[in-house]
Amino acid sequence: MNDQAILTVQDISLRVGDKTILSNCSLSLHKGELKVLIGPSGAGKSTFLQCINVLTVPDTGSIFLEGREVMTKNAKELCLYRTKVGMIFQDFKLFDHLTAIDNVAIALRKVRGKSREEARKRAIEELARVNLSDQANLYPAQLSGGQKQRVAFARALAMDPLVLLLDEPTSALDPELVGEVLAVIRDLAAHGMTMIMATHQMDFIRAISSEIIFMEQGHIVEQGPPEALLGDTAQSRTKQFYNSLATV
Amino acid sequence: MHSLSVVIGALPSILSGSLVTLGIVFAALGIGFVLGLSLAIVQVYGNAWQRALVHVYIWFFRGFPILVLLFLGYGLFVALGLPVKPFLISCVVLGLTSTAYQSQIFRGAILSLRPGQMQAARALGMRDGQAIRSIVIPQALRLSIPGWSNEYSILLKDSAICFVLGTQDIMARTAFAAARTHEHLALYAAAGAVYLVLTLIIVKLLAKLEQRLHIPGYTSAGGETL
Repeated sequence: MNDQAILTVQDISLRVGDKTILSNCSLSLHKGELKVLIGPSGAGKSTFLQCINVLTVPDTGSIFLEGREVMTKNAKELCLYRTKVGMIFQDFKLFDHLTAIDNVAIALRKVRGKSREEARKRAIEELARVNLSDQANLYPAQLSGGQKQRVAFARALAMDPLVLLLDEPTSALDPELVGEVLAVIRDLAAHGMTMIMATHQMDFIRAISSEIIFMEQGHIVEQGPPEALLGDTAQSRTKQFYNSLATV
Repeated sequence: MHSLSVVIGALPSILSGSLVTLGIVFAALGIGFVLGLSLAIVQVYGNAWQRALVHVYIWFFRGFPILVLLFLGYGLFVALGLPVKPFLISCVVLGLTSTAYQSQIFRGAILSLRPGQMQAARALGMRDGQAIRSIVIPQALRLSIPGWSNEYSILLKDSAICFVLGTQDIMARTAFAAARTHEHLALYAAAGAVYLVLTLIIVKLLAKLEQRLHIPGYTSAGGETL
C-alpha cells in the first residue's frame, strides 16, 4: 500500500439552524481500502457521504484528492472531482426516462464527451460486469430493486472513479435481492476498488471491511479494524451497537 | 334554407380566418413554450431574487384580463412607435400571457419528478445546466403534455377576443358576415363548430404524441404503475 491517501477529508462540520449535524468529521482512504460507516439512524452517515462529494455543502472542512486540495467553490473543479468520486444511493436514483444502457451512457457522452457509439460500447461492458446484459434496453420501472442498484453501479463505474461512496446500498431492497448487490460490492473490493460505505450489514462488514468508523450524533466516536472493535474481547461502543442489532 | 346558404357563402372567409387564428395560437404557444420553460427553470433552480422577479411577471399576466392586456399592448406599440399590426400585437400579448400559464405547467412537472434526479446527475459530474437539459427537461416535458394540451384549447378560445384589435381571425370574419346578413345564430354556430374541430384535432394529436413518448411503467404522476 502506498503512503499517500487517495482521499482525505478533514474536519467536515455542518449545522442546520442550531442543530449540529456533523462535527469535525475526518477520514482518510488509501487505495483498495473499504471503510464502513455505521451507527444509529440520524448519526449523520448519509450527510457525511453527501458532504464528501459536496452534494451537501458543509460549513467547514477540506477535501484532498490524491494529495491535492479540491477547490469545491470552483464549479468546473467540483464537477471534475465528482467524476472521480462515484456515488451509490440508497434509492438508486436512476434516470427514469432512460433505459439501463442510456443511464450508463449519458454521463459518458455529456461529461466525458464520448460519441454515442463509444458511450454505448462502454455501457454494454459495464452492464455485463454487473450481469445485466439482457436488461440493457429496459427502463428503470421495468427492473427489480436489485437490478436498479446494479445499473446504478454500472453508471458510477463507467466514469472510472478513484473512490466509490455507497450510501446504504442495500437498505431499500427486499431481503432476497440484497445478495446480488453485495456480490457486486465484494467483487469490486476484490478488484481493489477504494470505497466508503454506510450500511447495516454487520456480517458483511466483518468479512470484508478494512476499517469500521462508528458515528453517533454527528461525531466519529471510534474507528478501527473490525477485529479490534468487534473481536471477542472488545469493549467498544461499536460492539454494543452490533449486539443490540443482533438481539433484535 | 336561407341560413344555410349564408353560412356556405361565409365559409371560405371564416376558414381563411381560421388560418389567422391558428397563426396567433401557434405563435403564442411557441413564445409561451420558450419563455415559460425558461421561467419555470428559474423558478425552480434560481436564487431568491430571480424567483421573485418571475413571481411578479406571473402575477401580472395572470391578474390582468386579456382584453385589458390587448389594449395595453396596442397602446404600448403606439407609444413606442412600433408597427401597429393587430396580428403582431395579438401574438405578442397572447404569447406573454401564455408564458405565465405555461411556466406553471412546466414548474409543476419539474417538481413532480422523482426526487434526486438532479442530485444523481451532479454526482456523475454534470454541470447544473447539463443536468437540466439532459435529465430534467426530457422528463418534465413528457409530464407537461396533458397540461399543455389544455393550454392550447384555452389559447384557441382566448384568441377570439383579438378581433377587438381588428385581427382578421375566425371571430372577426364571422362578426363581419353576421353584421351584413343578420344570420347570427347560424353563423356563430358555424364559427363555434370550426373552433370545436380545431380543438379536437390538436388535442388528439397531442394525446398521440404523449403515447409515443410514453416510458414503460412511468405515469404522468411521476411514479411507477403497479
